[in-house]
This record gives sequence, C-alpha cells and structure tokens, in this order.
Amino acid sequence: MYDVVIIGAGVTGCAVARELSRYDLKICVVERAEDVCCGTSKANSAIIHAGYDAVPGSLKAKLNVEGNEMMDDLVRDLDFPFRRNGSLVVMFEGDDRAKLEELLERGIKNGVKELRIIEKEELHRMEPNLADDAVAALYAPTAGIVCPFNMTIAFAENAYANGVEFKLNTEVKDIKKQADCYEIEAVKHEAFEPEEAVAIKTKTVVNAAGAYSDLIHNMVSADKHTIKPRRGCYFLLDKSAGSFVDKTIFTLPNEMGKGILTAPTVHGNLLVGPDAADVDLRDGVNTTAWELDKVRASACRNLKNPPLKSVITSFAGIRAHEENGDFIIEECPDAEYFFDCAGIESPGLSASPAIGKMMAEMVAKKLSAAKKDNFIATRKGILNPNKLSLEERNELIRKNPAYGNIICRCEMITEGEIIDAIKRPLGARSLDGVKRRTRAGMGRCQAGFCSPRTMEIISRECGIPLYKVTKSGGSSALIPNETLNDKYVIE
Amino acid sequence: MSEKINLTCIGCPLGCSIEVIKNGDEIESITGYTCKRGHDYAQTEVLAPVRTVTSTVRVKGGVNPVVAVKTRDPIPKSKIADCMKEIYDITVDAPVAIGDVLCNNIADTGVELVASANDQEL
Amino acid sequence: MNNYSERDLIIIGGGPAGLAAAISAYDTFKAAGIETPSILVLERDKVLGGILNQCIHNGFGLHTFKEELTGPEYAGRFIDRLKERNIEYLLETMVMDITKDREVTAMNRKQGMFTIKAKAIVLAMGCRERSRGALNIPGYRPAGIYSAGTAQRLVNIEGFMPGREVVILGSGDIGLIMARRMTLEGAKVKVVAELMPYSGGLKRNIVQCLNDFDIPLKLSHTVVDIKGKERVESVTIAQVDDKLKPIPGTEEEYTCDTLLLSCGLIPENELSNGAGIGMNPVTNGPKVNESMETDVPGIFACGNVLHVHDLVDYVSEEAGNAGAHAAMYCLNGDKAAAGDIINVTTANGVRYTVPTVIRPDMMGDALTIRFRVGNVYKNCYVDVFFDDERIIHRKRPVVAPGEMESVVIKKEMLEGKKIKELNIRLDLNEG
Repeated sequence: MYDVVIIGAGVTGCAVARELSRYDLKICVVERAEDVCCGTSKANSAIIHAGYDAVPGSLKAKLNVEGNEMMDDLVRDLDFPFRRNGSLVVMFEGDDRAKLEELLERGIKNGVKELRIIEKEELHRMEPNLADDAVAALYAPTAGIVCPFNMTIAFAENAYANGVEFKLNTEVKDIKKQADCYEIEAVKHEAFEPEEAVAIKTKTVVNAAGAYSDLIHNMVSADKHTIKPRRGCYFLLDKSAGSFVDKTIFTLPNEMGKGILTAPTVHGNLLVGPDAADVDLRDGVNTTAWELDKVRASACRNLKNPPLKSVITSFAGIRAHEENGDFIIEECPDAEYFFDCAGIESPGLSASPAIGKMMAEMVAKKLSAAKKDNFIATRKGILNPNKLSLEERNELIRKNPAYGNIICRCEMITEGEIIDAIKRPLGARSLDGVKRRTRAGMGRCQAGFCSPRTMEIISRECGIPLYKVTKSGGSSALIPNETLNDKYVIE
Repeated sequence: MSEKINLTCIGCPLGCSIEVIKNGDEIESITGYTCKRGHDYAQTEVLAPVRTVTSTVRVKGGVNPVVAVKTRDPIPKSKIADCMKEIYDITVDAPVAIGDVLCNNIADTGVELVASANDQEL
Repeated sequence: MNNYSERDLIIIGGGPAGLAAAISAYDTFKAAGIETPSILVLERDKVLGGILNQCIHNGFGLHTFKEELTGPEYAGRFIDRLKERNIEYLLETMVMDITKDREVTAMNRKQGMFTIKAKAIVLAMGCRERSRGALNIPGYRPAGIYSAGTAQRLVNIEGFMPGREVVILGSGDIGLIMARRMTLEGAKVKVVAELMPYSGGLKRNIVQCLNDFDIPLKLSHTVVDIKGKERVESVTIAQVDDKLKPIPGTEEEYTCDTLLLSCGLIPENELSNGAGIGMNPVTNGPKVNESMETDVPGIFACGNVLHVHDLVDYVSEEAGNAGAHAAMYCLNGDKAAAGDIINVTTANGVRYTVPTVIRPDMMGDALTIRFRVGNVYKNCYVDVFFDDERIIHRKRPVVAPGEMESVVIKKEMLEGKKIKELNIRLDLNEG
C-alpha cells in the first residue's frame, strides 16, 4: 500500500511528488500517457508570470507570486532553462488606461516587486518592433520564460531519485473508498501490449489530473467539479525570429484570459499565441484554421511586420478552466484523505512550485510524516555540450564519441545527448520524449532529417525493434508492423 | 476506324504533347514531338508501352537492410505487377555492387534485374 | 594530411554538388600544375552521394551521361571519379560554423571539434523539405505525417513502410515518385492534392508515377484537417479559390494512416547566414556572380543550397563551374575587384536568375544563366535585353514553374559593349 498516489504527471503532479519526496513516505505517480509532461504542461506559453493578473487574495495570486520567487533556487538545484526576461502588458491607442493602472494596483497588492508603468518612448526603446500606436505598458521585470518540459522532467527525475515510483501508461478508471484506504482501479496500456487491469491501494490520493481533474474528483465526491476545456493555438517561429521581441508582450486581458502574447523562448525561438476557444474534448489539441488566423491577426495588430513566414510549427494546448475561476487546492471536504490540485489553468506553470510545496505540506501533515534526512535536493539535466569549452568538449568526445555525432542538424543535438535522454531515470521511450528532453526534432525541419536516425537510436538503446518505436506511445506507431509479405519486419 | 491518342512525352523534362492517330495496330500519324526520342516513345507507348522498374530487395548481412534494384532495360508495362511480386521474394547476400545481376529473367521478360546501389558487408 | 588545420579548398557537403565541385576543382588545380591539390570534402552522412542515395528511381544523367541512371548509380559515377583522384573527404562530419574569413568549424566522432582555415570554400549543403508546421496545416499532430523525402529514406534505405493508406499533399517530384514507390510496395495512394492550379513536378513523373497507377491528382486542392490523435486516421482536403483559400463545402475526407508532404524545398543556408553571406529572398540561397561566388570573396555556392534544381545534371554542371572558379580563386586570389559589372535582372514572369551579377572579365566563353518562371505560360518567348537592346528572342512552346529554364550568354555578345543591366523576361504577346 502506498502512502500517497498522485494522479497526473504534469508539472503540478511532478512538483507535488518532488516536494512530498522530502518526507518519509511511499509515493507513486500514476500517469495515463507514456511519459511525464504530456498534457497541458507540454503545450502552453512557457511563461513564469510575475503575478499581477489574479485577483488579490486568490490562490492564483498568492501561489503565482510565491512560485515566481522560488524559481531561482529551483533552477540552481534542478538545472533547467529559465530566464527572467520581464514582461510588458501593452496598451494601444484607444485602450482604457484605467485597466493598466488597475493591473499595477493588483500587482502591488499581490506582492509583485519592481512593477511599474512605462511610457511610449521608453517602451519603444525597449521593444522597437511593437506597433507604432503602443502608448504605454505595465513592465514586470520579474516575469520569466522557462522550458516547461524540462521543468516538469526535472521535478519528476528528482522525485524519482528520492524514491517516488512512476506508473506510466496507466489510466485511472475509478477510485473506491475502502475502510482504511482508497483503491484505484486503473488500466495499463503499453504500446503493443494487451491492456491490463491494475489495482492500486493508497492511504491518500492527490488529484493533479489537469484537464481531467474534475472526472477524478467526481469519482469520490458528491460536490461535483466541472472543467471546461479551453483550447489555445500557438505558432512557434524559427530561431532567426527569436530576438524579434525580448520581453514577453501581452495585451490588456479580457474575460477569456490574458490575450495573445508574443514571447521569446528560452531556446531562442519566438512563440505567438494562444487564442481561447471552449471545446468539448479534453484532449482536443487539434489546431483549426480560424484559430490560427486569429493568432496571426493579433500578432499583426500588435507588432510591426511580425516574421510569420518563419513559422516552423503550430500546436494547441488545453487549459483546465474550472468554473469557479480559482485553483482548488484542498482536502476534499466530503472525501477525507483525498486532495485536489484542480482547476490549474494559467498561471499554473508559474505557481506549480508553490502548489507542490503547499500540497506536500498538507498531505504530510495529514499523514504526520517526518522529513527524510537523506533527501537529494539537486538534479543535473542532460549535458549540453554547447556550454562546454572547446577543450572540455573534445575531452568529452574522446571519452564518448557519441557526443561528436550530430543527429539533429537544425538544433545541433548529438547522439550523446539523445542516449542520455533515453538512459537516464524516467528516460524517453518515444520520438516526442526525446524531443522534449533534448530538442532533437524541434528545429526548422521538424524532424524530417533526424527522425529515422533518432528512431534507430531509441530502438538500439531500448532494445526494441524499430517498428515498435512510437511517436508518443500508445498506437502512435511510426512504421506500422505489417508490411507486404512481412518483408521488412525485423524482430 | 482511326483513334486519336494524346500523350505527354516522358523522354525528357520538356514533356512534349504528342498526338498519335492510330488505326488498330497501324499508326497513321505522330505529331507534336520535338526529337527522335519523342517519336519513338509515342510509337512504343501506343503499341507496347514499357517501363523501367526500380525497387529494393532485402540484403542479408549488409550495412542497410535493403538495396536498390532496377530492371536493366524497360519491361512491358503490363508486367510491372508480376515483376514486383518476384522482387518481394528476392534476398541477396552482402556485399552487393552496382550492376550485380540478381535475377536473369525477371517476370519472364528476358530482362535482368540488377543492383543499382552498393551495400557493404556489416 | 591528417592534420585538420589548413586546406586550400573546403567543400561543405558530399552530395551531387559537392562531388562535382571537388572533381572539377581538382582538375583545375592539376591543369595549373599543382601536384597534390589540397581539397577536403566534409559530409555529414555515413556515405557520399547525399540525397541521391535514396532516389532509387531512374531518370538521372540523361544530359551528363546520355543514359538513364538511378540516383545511386549517378552518385556512384561521381564518387568513383572523386576516389580516382584521391580527393580527401571526411564522413559523418558536421560543419557547425563558417566565418567570413573562411574558417570552418566542424565536428565528428574521431577528430572532435576542429577548425580549418581555407583559402576558398564551396557551399554545397543542399536543401530541406518544407515541413507541415511551415505549411500551417490545421488538425491534430499524430504519427504518420512525413515529408516525402523522409518516407523515401524509410522505404528505400531503412526498408520500412511508413504506412498503408496514403494521401499526398503537393505534387513536387519527390511526392510523385513516392506515390509510385508506395504503390509498388503495396500501399494504396488515394489522392495527390496540389495547392496550385498546376503541378510542381516534371511531366514525366505525372505520367509514370500517377497516371500509370490511376492515382488521382487534384489541382487547386489543399489539406484542411488531419484527424487521429495517435496515428493519422483521416485527412480532409478541399478545393481552393484563386487566392488559394479553401472553399467551404468542397471538403472531402479520405480515410488513411499516412500523409506525405511534398510541398517544396528550402535551401539550407543557416551556415551561410552565420557567415554574413548576402541572400536572394526569392531563392533563399546566396546571391552569386558568374563564378558562383557569393558576396563574401572566396566563398562559392552551388546545387540546391544555391537554388532548388529540377535535374541533378544541372547541379553537376553548375557545381563544376563553382569548383573550377573556387580553385582559380585559390590559385590567383581575388583579382576581379575592379572591372565592369553587369546586373542580371528579371521582369515579366521570370522569378529569379542565377547568377545575379556578371563580371565580363571573369566569364568564360559562354555563361549559362538559369531561371525559373512564376506560372505556366504557353507559346511565349524568352527575351534577353542588354539594357534597351533585345539580344535573344527564343520561342518556348511551354514554360512552367516546376522546370528550370536557361539562356546561354556568349562572351562575344558582350564584347565592345558597355552594358549595365542584363534583363531576362518573358514575352507573352506574340504567341
């Protein structure tokens, strides 16, 4: 029996797992996808917000500001890419200046530091590519950009190093309250394997199921939650467009969210999006022409000749919008030992470190758990050879020639990095898993050249035949098993 | 009765539009070609169309699992499917070099199937 | 020469362009009395030959060898010539950076990361395929969406079928070739959709790859949706209007497990950009002069990194020219700083030319100017103007964007003339 089962291996679940792994507890994370970071955490704006948006006094406000302040220590301890580039909420001619001032006041109430309104001249000096009629902006120097994949993976790997188990490809179907525990009924669906029923017993449950958190909650509670999946589409632009803006550029928020932003990414690309469209499907991550048009139009409105012909991909993410509007982080009032981290929409990524801490403290207290004395606080990310000196790099290649072999030519990712991504704890098992960890395949050719080579490396390192290498687990086979006369099937 | 057939010449990238008037097996006229190749192509294409088939066969013990092959000469278009059926069943041992004859008489056409790429021993 | 610190000529890329450039440079050095020319070819793949290795179909070499070869056979002949000359090459070696001062930084498993100083460089890196993302195709992002070239590699080199039921977007040559290839291997190619009202591929490929197998080609159609969360389940195509926007109500959904994209090639000029080489926004390749030299002295370009070609024979010819001039540059230095310059310009249906600058002092007896047109035109004339004077007026029964055109300028045409501008245009009125 586990002390804690965390449902969902997104950034929230992994942050909770990492914080809980400080305590002497038997913990398991259960995730329906084949990897961590496969839902909302993988498709979002990759922003660490300063914290001026949310209503003062709300959990969103409190945890965003706290989470933002935790980032420097986390980045040092867990080694993932983050940069405090600052953000601007830009007001254009005709916008209501009172709204900008309201945001400033909110920010001050929420405890956001260094926040100020800047006027036209300073604004255009700061961001020369803003549209000419940008007249003022709320400047938040503490806002940042992050790699949401590696942030989530860092939490997960560190939790794993501290003894947390991960059950991937495992989808929770029901949760039953027993006398002294919860029994979770789940189905395990590994690619190319028959489905298998799994029963997991645990003293406590933490629901961090993102866009599915209402379904999980409603399995144990009479007080029903309702998540309304809200889709946002994005464009990712080539690195040649990466310095088009330096700060994260927002427009004044509306009732559907913070509007369409333009931001550099920590890896030097440019990100534009998201729109907001209420959809029926919790995994409805298809882009649509009308939404992409909307994102395009917004970029063209706010920026001078945005370089949209440098788009290398578009994608969509689902926000777990809960009807009551705030995060729900509590022990479920009518289900003792069941804890919700629900309705984690924006600023969920920014708040996740603080959510993890808050939830871990609640659960540890409930279980009267003591802190371990052998907690490993640090984790090293995948070695980035570009950060080495020439001598160090050549020494590395002498020791391990795979670091001299470029696989992804657009992002200059070596075989050594890909092997590291596969071999490390909770390592990648799919093309997308490798991509999220190393960026191989994320560049301008979008894996056209490197995918066959990366597939070979996965096949070799995981000891599976090539046809069992998937894009993202499940039935996402890249080369269907069956060919004419079975001529090319290699077992 | 005469029949008019419009062809696009595949002899070269120009892709000339050729018109052939045919009566049974008798060609009455060919127009629109701009070189002798075009004239000959039209004639063959109307009476007995041929194609060079290119594909791959399995290699045992090679660097790559397959190696490219081609029919040394064009074969009747109607024989493409039979040719492929035989190709599916061919396995060769590495090394393979360009020009190696892998089948003497593919699909009973009298044409050789030859390797059109190299594969070294692993 | 195992010390990788200096070479006279470095050629980046060992595909058809790099091979031809190396061979012709070698012969130029030899003709000038250099006993062992100092040439190094850097190739990122495991073998020489570049993309030709996966182009196992025939139709290569009609111009160069007067016979029809497959891609590997065509490459093989150039590789043999390279080896006969003992030209040095490194495989599995990725060039990371080049500078204006012609320093090339490269990396491989054996030598690690190293920087070589060159007297001249030939860029021959080739091109990449336009990706789904760059095409802004909406829908899900499941497995089963491949660029045609990736699928070609999987089938012809790795020996794997990427799918069984296929829709192809784009009628570029690789897409057409793959329609036939997949069909021969037992797949069902349901439709080839092409955004433009004309095909981007060669006519022979339409006939031999589509018509032979009754594969429908739908012009003025594009993909408007991709369904399937894990693997492709269906692709919806729709007709487009004259502004290339999908027309509502014309959607047709095709059940399939694979979508292949053959929607254009983009020269791979990240290294060139890093060296500050001036680019032609139409070709996405470097601007070059009659010697295939970029605006950075001593750096030359040829093949698909310069502009996307339809036939490899033209690549070899152009690369031979670049290689010879690069060798001359090594031998003689940059002689041509002074002297007359003629700008090559375009008008009326001609999209671009290569080269864009001619230095008459530096050109040989004849210079081939290659260009592409922007639409399909029938019964037109290709006109060449020297300033206001029409010099060439050549009838063409048909020109199309998918097929490269050329004119040959003879040195004697320029002699005794002071020409500022050479303009190439189509005359559409006399047809």
